[in-house]
Amino acid sequence: MSLLNESGLGLDTVVRAAATPDVPQPYAELGLTADEYQRIRTILDRRPTSCELAMYSVMWSEHCSYKSSKVHLRKFGELVPAEARDVLLVGMGENAGVVDVGQGYAVTFKIESHNHPSFVEPYQGAATGVGGIVRDILTMGARPIAILDPLRFGPADAPDTRRVLPAVVAGIGGYGNCLGLPTIGGELVFDPTYLGNPLVNALCVGVMRHEDIKLAHASGPGNLVVLFGAKTGGDGIGGVSVLASETFATAGDGPARPSKRPSVQVGDPFTEKLLIECCLEIFAENLVVGIQDLGGAGLSCATSELASAGGCGMRIELDAVPLRDQTLSPEEILMSESQERMCAVVEPAKIARFDEICAKWGVTTTVIGSVTEGDRLLVSWRGERVVDVPPRTVAHEGPVYERSFLRPAAQDVLAGDDPGPRRLRRPTGPEELKATLLRMVGSPNLAGKGWVTDQYDRYVQGGTVLAQPQDAGMVRIDERTGLGVAVATDGNGRFCRLDPYVGVQLALAEAYRNVATTGARPLAVTNCLNFGSPEDPAVMWQFAETTRGLADGCMALGVPVTGGNVSFYNQTGDVAILPTPVIGVLGVIDDVRRRTPAGFGGPGETIVLLGATSDEFGGSEWAHVVHGHLGGSPPSVDLAYERRLANVLASAARDGLVSGAHDLSEGGLAQGLVEMALLGRIGANIEIPSGLDPFVALFSESSGRVLVSAPADGAAALVARAEAAGLPVTRLGVVGGQSIAFAELFELSVDELREVSEGVLPSLFG
Amino acid sequence: MARVVVDVMLKPEILDPQGQAVHDALHRLGFDDVTAVRQGKRFEIDLAGPDTEGQRDRAEEMAATLLANLVIEEYSVRVEG
Amino acid sequence: MTSRIGVIRFPGSLDDRDAARAIRLSGAEPVSLWHGDPSLRDVDAVILPGGFSYGDYLRCGAISRFSPVMESVVTAAESGLPVLGICNGFQILCESHLLPGALTRNGSLHFVCRDQALRIESNRTSWTLDYSAGDEITIPVKNGEGCFVADEATLDELEAAGRVVLRYLGTNPNASRRDIAGIANARGNVVGLMPHPEHAVDALTGSGTDGAGFFTSILKALVDA
Repeated sequence: MSLLNESGLGLDTVVRAAATPDVPQPYAELGLTADEYQRIRTILDRRPTSCELAMYSVMWSEHCSYKSSKVHLRKFGELVPAEARDVLLVGMGENAGVVDVGQGYAVTFKIESHNHPSFVEPYQGAATGVGGIVRDILTMGARPIAILDPLRFGPADAPDTRRVLPAVVAGIGGYGNCLGLPTIGGELVFDPTYLGNPLVNALCVGVMRHEDIKLAHASGPGNLVVLFGAKTGGDGIGGVSVLASETFATAGDGPARPSKRPSVQVGDPFTEKLLIECCLEIFAENLVVGIQDLGGAGLSCATSELASAGGCGMRIELDAVPLRDQTLSPEEILMSESQERMCAVVEPAKIARFDEICAKWGVTTTVIGSVTEGDRLLVSWRGERVVDVPPRTVAHEGPVYERSFLRPAAQDVLAGDDPGPRRLRRPTGPEELKATLLRMVGSPNLAGKGWVTDQYDRYVQGGTVLAQPQDAGMVRIDERTGLGVAVATDGNGRFCRLDPYVGVQLALAEAYRNVATTGARPLAVTNCLNFGSPEDPAVMWQFAETTRGLADGCMALGVPVTGGNVSFYNQTGDVAILPTPVIGVLGVIDDVRRRTPAGFGGPGETIVLLGATSDEFGGSEWAHVVHGHLGGSPPSVDLAYERRLANVLASAARDGLVSGAHDLSEGGLAQGLVEMALLGRIGANIEIPSGLDPFVALFSESSGRVLVSAPADGAAALVARAEAAGLPVTRLGVVGGQSIAFAELFELSVDELREVSEGVLPSLFG
Repeated sequence: MARVVVDVMLKPEILDPQGQAVHDALHRLGFDDVTAVRQGKRFEIDLAGPDTEGQRDRAEEMAATLLANLVIEEYSVRVEG
Repeated sequence: MTSRIGVIRFPGSLDDRDAARAIRLSGAEPVSLWHGDPSLRDVDAVILPGGFSYGDYLRCGAISRFSPVMESVVTAAESGLPVLGICNGFQILCESHLLPGALTRNGSLHFVCRDQALRIESNRTSWTLDYSAGDEITIPVKNGEGCFVADEATLDELEAAGRVVLRYLGTNPNASRRDIAGIANARGNVVGLMPHPEHAVDALTGSGTDGAGFFTSILKALVDA
């Protein structure tokens, strides 16, 4: 018996609701405001039934309706760069965006969050996060081909990080590996801000032919509505509205504990693997008119979205839904978030073949209703009508809030706390510089990530050309021509805290540059916006500035936002996380054989630095690691310059000028050199340019910089092209030996650097 | 209707890293009187028809054929009331 | 006359397409075999590919071994048909008792995907005759349940009879007894190994090309047969 049926009148039908207008309903407990409840009554011209109340409450929750973010996200749809119009095949508003990559191929990609569930139940939270994003890609008609996982946790040595991190990694690996999807990239970031609020974002990429794109539109009255995949149980009932609209209470001095323990979904990757193969065969034979996956808000969402998007009506018999748990009430069936389920619209003439394919794969499939004329969504239970609503009011006309936002006064204090030499003591002299470098290399954010990434299969499907720790993941999609795609994700909560507008543009520039560094041409953007509570005007200010910065940034770079995800309420009490927009950029490369990996080439090669270095330490890893300091301004960003840089990198790859190229980010030049040495398994002799302070040269985080390793003639050609494009160029040194030697300063052996770098995570997590 | 319970355990000589991990975790939680932990599986099988001696035999056959890998596991069968 | 090599597809098989690609690259014709169909379609050899058949439920390979196609494989193997079991395939071969021992959870309890150093111990099988005993190669391993176990008598017998085909070098990624990465039956036509040679036939997407020998070997074995 559910809490919703408190009227004690038995089944709450439409007829009964019309006859009993004054029955009190627990709308507040379900997360609806009084105004929202009133609006529902106005829409229906009566009180809602308990089933309808359940539907509206989950569909109008923050997570499903985006009520606090819609007004800001509109910018992405309004500002579409001219260059993007030809490339964008499916834009925002569908399950995932789709871009044309040439040769008749279309690629779909999207990033999503599963943050709160991963705090509550790390393994299943992360696993079902992967499952959910993969289904979003599958539902567009694509074969999923790769995943990336940007992960953020509290301090590496915190007890709760030890509880959460290994299980999250095991969950992503456990689900993704079993699905047969290579994990080709991601991030691993530690910061006190994420303690109690881990960020588990998952990005999936899929590929298909242009003509295979599927949309989530129902159409054709008389067509059948089919539910297939796993059976429906009590997973995650109310999880969506509860989790996205509440924070976790702390209990005394202990770590943050959830104030209630919502039922978390449990995933079954084997069923999803069968679903993938089954769907692909169904798609190949053109057996569906429209298809939608069941994610947050389950059946409520799939049915209302399919009907609303298709501009038609729908009739559903809930009794037909195959159940794992026979005690579920109709409200619970509508709200269930059981995983691995899809909903398709199928013409009657094609259902027999549809069923045959499902039977081959052992996938449960049931006709649960049909498409109708008109514009009502009608749901019945045991012969009685329990839902009669206009689907667009559920799915696409949810509340739209204009939350107030206000730049907090403290922002100026923060900006004024510049990490200059008078504020933060800097290392002087070779010994201190050497010690600082070792300390940085051995710090958790900069350390080798092998402990995590070795738990992911990178080889399955046989198309992975570049995977972590390369700058971007790259997958070949056509074996004959070598056509491939590259994807990178980046985010920096510290930069965004200092200046959300610039911070998000720095993240966008970095992901864009990461793709370009591998030799691919950046094409499109997805974003996962992880923020605190939208009811906090300071957080909303961060959000407004971030979306403004991202929209402007995408216009400047000529790449469109194709879709993404917003995760609000990431906070403990009233302390929000650092605003953390995570940006994913997808690019295309005509021939993966021309890609540029990130390690040093052979001995004797020239090392060139593209880009300018100045004294910029606001939000830097050095300030964080050595001084625990966050203040000042983030580095400056120049997007017009980034476009010129990307073009030079792409042309260098295409013409085979360079052996290796690596983007600089956290940790600056020192970290970049170390990473190239470890990947190339060889050292280098470096000369810091005269006139540049060694400390600044090594650790500043100025943006727009790429290290390149090239044979002599390639280096000369690269330098010429870079100079012609107006890029600052510095010859830094020569590849060779078994140490990184900074002339007249110090040297460190590659072996020692490897030992320090690769020892950090195993020593923490075993 | 009868219920048969089959317990499957790794043979004592087989490495049981999961059992070891559980042992270590219990110690970290303060249960230091735990000297050893082995982890296994329990199958609850409901059989149609009246309870007969034949059902124990059938459960043994299920265990030996599928539920346990006799190379590395051993099993015990119990019929519940 | 092109050799035809069957690749079985169970629900949850993952590396079947890569096995097929490796077969094609070596010059043979891959033939897809469905788990539910007992026909082996007159193939000259069979590969059981990697993956998570039946989600690894109950035990890895425990459910797959009862598939209709496996009955045919067991009969054919006993008559000399060459069979290669890769990773999940190896697990299925052990569950079917075509090979001795069993594969259990990795000692570290973690799934590990790594380019692994290995030594070819025996080239007297249909699948390794193109190598020399002692060859050191690098091939990816990627598994969570790859720890090979068997009782001492069985292990001694495998060693004495030269039936250890492949051994881990350097780090043992899963605590397998005696660092055993792959074994053969007495006749040498059935081989099971945890590493994935099909991911080492193309330097662009694999760990290198050290795995190609498994696929060229079978072609030679079939020609000579």
